[in-house]
Amino acid sequence: MTTAPAEAEAPAASTGSGEARAPRRISFNPRQSGIYVAFALIVVLFTVLTGGALLEPQNISNIIVQNSYVLILAIGMILIIIAGHIDLSAGSVVALTGAISAVLMVNLHVPWPLAVVLTLVAGAAIGAWQGYWVAYFGIPAFIVTLAGMLAFRALTLTVLGNQGIGPFPDPIRTLANGFTDGYLGNVGLGPLGGADLVSLLAGVVAVAGMTFTQWRKRAARAGYLQEVDPLGLFVLKLAGAAALVLAVVVQLARFKNLPWVLVLLTALVVGYSLLTTRAVFGRHIYAVGGNLQAATLSGVKVKSVTFWIFVNMGVLAALAGVIFAGRLNQAGPTAGVNFELDAIAAAFIGGAAVQGGVGKVVGAITGGLIMAVINNGMSLIGAPSERVMLVKGLVLLAAVVYDVWTKRRAGRAS
Amino acid sequence: MTADLLRMRGITKTFPGVKALQDVHLSVRRGEIHAVCGENGAGKSTLMKVLSGVYPHGSYEGEISFGGEPCEFATVRDSERRGIVIIHQELALCPRLSVAENIFLGNERAKSGLVDWNRTNHEAGELLRRVGLRVNPVTPVADLGVGKQQLVEIAKALSKEVRLLILDEPTAALNDDDSAHLLDLLRGLREEGVTSVIISHKLNEIAAIADSLTILRDGRTIETLDLRSGHVGEDRIISGMVGRDLEHRFPPHEPDLGEEVLRIEDWTVHSPAQRGRAVVRGANLSLRRGEIVGLAGLMGAGRTELAMSVFGRSYGTDISGRLVKDGREIDVRSVGDAIRHGLAYATEDRKRYGLNLVEDIKRNVSAAGLGKLARRGWVNEHEEHRVASEFRRSMNIKAPGVLSVTGELSGGNQQKVVLAKWIFTDPDVLILDEPTRGIDVGAKYEIYSIINSLADAGKAVLVISSELPELLGLCDRIYALSAGRITGELTRAEATQERLMHYMTQEQG
Repeated sequence: MTTAPAEAEAPAASTGSGEARAPRRISFNPRQSGIYVAFALIVVLFTVLTGGALLEPQNISNIIVQNSYVLILAIGMILIIIAGHIDLSAGSVVALTGAISAVLMVNLHVPWPLAVVLTLVAGAAIGAWQGYWVAYFGIPAFIVTLAGMLAFRALTLTVLGNQGIGPFPDPIRTLANGFTDGYLGNVGLGPLGGADLVSLLAGVVAVAGMTFTQWRKRAARAGYLQEVDPLGLFVLKLAGAAALVLAVVVQLARFKNLPWVLVLLTALVVGYSLLTTRAVFGRHIYAVGGNLQAATLSGVKVKSVTFWIFVNMGVLAALAGVIFAGRLNQAGPTAGVNFELDAIAAAFIGGAAVQGGVGKVVGAITGGLIMAVINNGMSLIGAPSERVMLVKGLVLLAAVVYDVWTKRRAGRAS
Repeated sequence: MTADLLRMRGITKTFPGVKALQDVHLSVRRGEIHAVCGENGAGKSTLMKVLSGVYPHGSYEGEISFGGEPCEFATVRDSERRGIVIIHQELALCPRLSVAENIFLGNERAKSGLVDWNRTNHEAGELLRRVGLRVNPVTPVADLGVGKQQLVEIAKALSKEVRLLILDEPTAALNDDDSAHLLDLLRGLREEGVTSVIISHKLNEIAAIADSLTILRDGRTIETLDLRSGHVGEDRIISGMVGRDLEHRFPPHEPDLGEEVLRIEDWTVHSPAQRGRAVVRGANLSLRRGEIVGLAGLMGAGRTELAMSVFGRSYGTDISGRLVKDGREIDVRSVGDAIRHGLAYATEDRKRYGLNLVEDIKRNVSAAGLGKLARRGWVNEHEEHRVASEFRRSMNIKAPGVLSVTGELSGGNQQKVVLAKWIFTDPDVLILDEPTRGIDVGAKYEIYSIINSLADAGKAVLVISSELPELLGLCDRIYALSAGRITGELTRAEATQERLMHYMTQEQG
């Protein structure tokens, strides 16, 4: 979960013309880095307020498991928001796909792997339905997905026959709630006690992979004569990221090993980060959201891009639906209520722009984690739920105000 | 006591890292039309924002006196109360509201909180008569053309009892008729005692209308010239603006013509808005490798419509005709097809159709040619960075780096990014629609050099421009378009402004 945070650029050679703008160093971009600083501060704040309970092994595990489905939705949502659209139906789709998976596995006894695939296909079909109206018919996504929010909730009730369906087969429950097995047993970590070796190895592999890719990227940059961070700073950044990953992994290893959803989530974040930054398709999403007409006139197939991000959202919502149902061990009619709002909030806290064209997968995940930590931390100190909602609302507003404020300041300076 | 209505003295305005204005002086005499010109980024707009209170008193150094009294405006409202009204390049009208509502927006003719519609429409009618606009005051502004909208803005200014009218590039988006009308109106207002400051790139207009001229360069006042004598020529003004003598506004170029690369045959395009109305009628054009061809025409002649319909049917319905590329007929149904067949079209409206303003230079440069940088759907970012850096260097794009956001660049540099984007697709034919609109003289020269080098590289360039001197200075051959028809074709040797204008205004049944 690391990206190169900011890229330093050599200032333009002074050309002596009035047209040259101020050579601004981009070593620290407050608009993009602010979110990570805010996350760190919030973690520190709640660690202090909870007397360290926030970072207890079991609590870290809880935060991840309890919020995995919203984080998965946030990944799909950020793509849609980057493209300049919105999806209000995600929560209802979570409920409907959860219900479909329950009917398949519990009522029809379809083997669980097939049932999961069929559920994802159903999610894709739902996404295709909405994407068709948005992309090819030009109906605003707000309207299409508002209609979807109502319609898919209604279909959920129909599918379930107004009652919860469960229990789910064990593998699904393990995926949603369970942990990797201690295949290699425990090792002692001195004062920290015993920890699962497999989890620790996974952490070490992750850090090694991260180091390798960052090093290669830096070498490639240098090879192309681009400016790179000085070696000391580079090592410092990498060491910081590695320490963070290892700290989380050690805490998890001391509890019950790695949650399966964390493994899944890590794969999704890495995959979608690559998709958005390096794939042609990902670039086209930014192009469509940044300026639809310019994208059209640059040969981007804007309708197809819009269609496929909605299909993608449907699939991710179906995945979240299965995980949520598996976690509760029951598909219920009220599943996923307001999930879409949490996902949208995560995207905007994570730095997405309301007008589209701007946003990052890692940003949306960080935004989701900020809300997760606020939720968790406030409940640990016994704050009533209405106060949690109030704080979350204010954090969302503050994040967007900050974004607009930094943008305006940048605009004035130019 | 003094003839000066406005005096700005020692104005210095600093932004983080930049001195936008440095000890600028501007004195405007009562009742004159005073032009302000300078290259993009010279500080004209900043100066006007200081004057009108967009930048409040205290955020700059220096003194402003208006009508003999010192001014310390905290907001735009303060300056408007004193009779200083600014009309920005991008008009600030609400398209869905009526002309009358727009004129009195924020200044409503109301009695005890309720709008007095009779008075509103009646007074609006009188103001419209003053600016020579014959429309019903209840017409929605969206139904008017840009030229008429400009007049509505002026009517709005008059409603505020304006003493100093500031116009920022008022004719940039207007055709010749509308421009002429606007200039006449300004002369009329001068008779009525309204003082105007006009910011313009169009030197012939300045020469035609202004009494005096202040030239800014690099945030400083260079000089103030008295134009009433009529002895100050365009070349004199240009040399003041660029700080060097521009003997030639166009770089020299010897064409090296090759084979015919694109032929457009019997091309007819219908308007998507009005069914059955043809906007391009049976046009025939031919372009050779290494050739720079001009397309001249008045507003509404169908120039952009012709270009965009050829470029992957981006405009129009019911398109008929043939495209022949390198001797073979090609079928171009989408922008993707057009790019694959080696066509490129750089739009006249770079902010709306050309650039992703929230993205950096790098990603804008690669936007149309991303496929060239990708293997199996994955982009080589390092190569992309190299390509963009190369364009930044070769085209002299002034920005801190290729990661600078294009929305923060000046017009000339944005235009270079648009050109870089299309050059990177390595086209055989480039259609450049108003490639120098709204950019300063120095950057224009650079754009002309780029166009020449494209022709030297064996590409055909079709230049659409409203500025006839530009077409005459740049093109090897010029087509004239009138009401959707090609009405004339002139070689470089034959072409004059008069002959072109003759064809451009020719109506064929």
